[in-house]
Amino acid sequence: MDSSHPSSPSRSSVLHEFLAGVRDQLPLLVGVAPFGMIFGALALAAGIPPLEAQGFSLFVFAGSAQFIAAGLIADSVPPVIIVLTILVVNLRHLLYSATFSSYFQHLPARWKAALAWLLTDEAFVVASIRYQRSDTILAHWYTFGTGLALWVAWQLSTAIGILLGAYIPANWSLDFALPLTFMALITPTLSDRPAWGAALSAGILAAVLAGLPYKLGLLLAASFGIAVGLIIEISGPLKTGMKERNG
Amino acid sequence: MSIISIWGIIIGGMVVTYAIRLSFIALVPQDRMPDLFRRSLRYVPPAVLAALITPELFRPAGPFDISLGNHRLIAGVVAAIIAWRSRNTWITIATGMIMLWLLSGI
Repeated sequence: MDSSHPSSPSRSSVLHEFLAGVRDQLPLLVGVAPFGMIFGALALAAGIPPLEAQGFSLFVFAGSAQFIAAGLIADSVPPVIIVLTILVVNLRHLLYSATFSSYFQHLPARWKAALAWLLTDEAFVVASIRYQRSDTILAHWYTFGTGLALWVAWQLSTAIGILLGAYIPANWSLDFALPLTFMALITPTLSDRPAWGAALSAGILAAVLAGLPYKLGLLLAASFGIAVGLIIEISGPLKTGMKERNG
Repeated sequence: MSIISIWGIIIGGMVVTYAIRLSFIALVPQDRMPDLFRRSLRYVPPAVLAALITPELFRPAGPFDISLGNHRLIAGVVAAIIAWRSRNTWITIATGMIMLWLLSGI
């Protein structure tokens, strides 16, 4: 953790980490690509010209916020209100930025700038699992690979949606691939009682608050779960790191 | 809405989104974070993942639906068991999607 720069890592191990990040993002793309196509088609329907629709994906690069912004543009809501809404919808990324700040501490500024640009829900959840393993000296390449895979897929799927419309039959239910992937990702994080407490309390509150606008339910539920995990860690008789539940 | 306004929204949305994503990474050195705050970050992944999963299972169409008619809940519970046993993303997706398709009678 406190090490300085990796001393010229071999090119093959850098490539290995990068490709592992790409590979581990692929399951999420099953669910994300239809969303990108729907965004492209929906943006045109909202009165956004093709270039500007792609501009949202290129420059804002935040799925939920883009959908909400397109809806508000269709309703001719004042631009300042729309920007503020994007801010509120993306507030949950503060949690991701705080988590990654510790992992990225040793990186040069250009790496921090690039990885922050690619910091989405999907990149965060995949990369955060990578950082729970040991040997994280090259994990920023993994994070870059996983973030870049999502970025490229989001641009391409938006463009397809703009050019061809969204032709994914709704009864394929491909969006269901996202929560399924999250299930596989959450299992290695549930290593002790505080982590279970965080997940259970956040999960329950997120279901209760799912009707709130602007993804605030996710932000509030995750914050609550984090607090519960911390309280269990502090008050529990068992220290963290107990391993007997593993496996 | 005018093209200028739309570009204003894109640029403004880009600035606020990037500022949020960059905030802690760029500005807050680890050793200046309060100890409790730093320890709490360990619980961000399980909390965020759980909060992303449960609304999709229990409220697939908006209202709470805890019944055998909620195909996503049933397929999701089966997939969760498979996820726990296999720890493999593709196997979990395949199980959940096939369960959902079978239940929906495609």
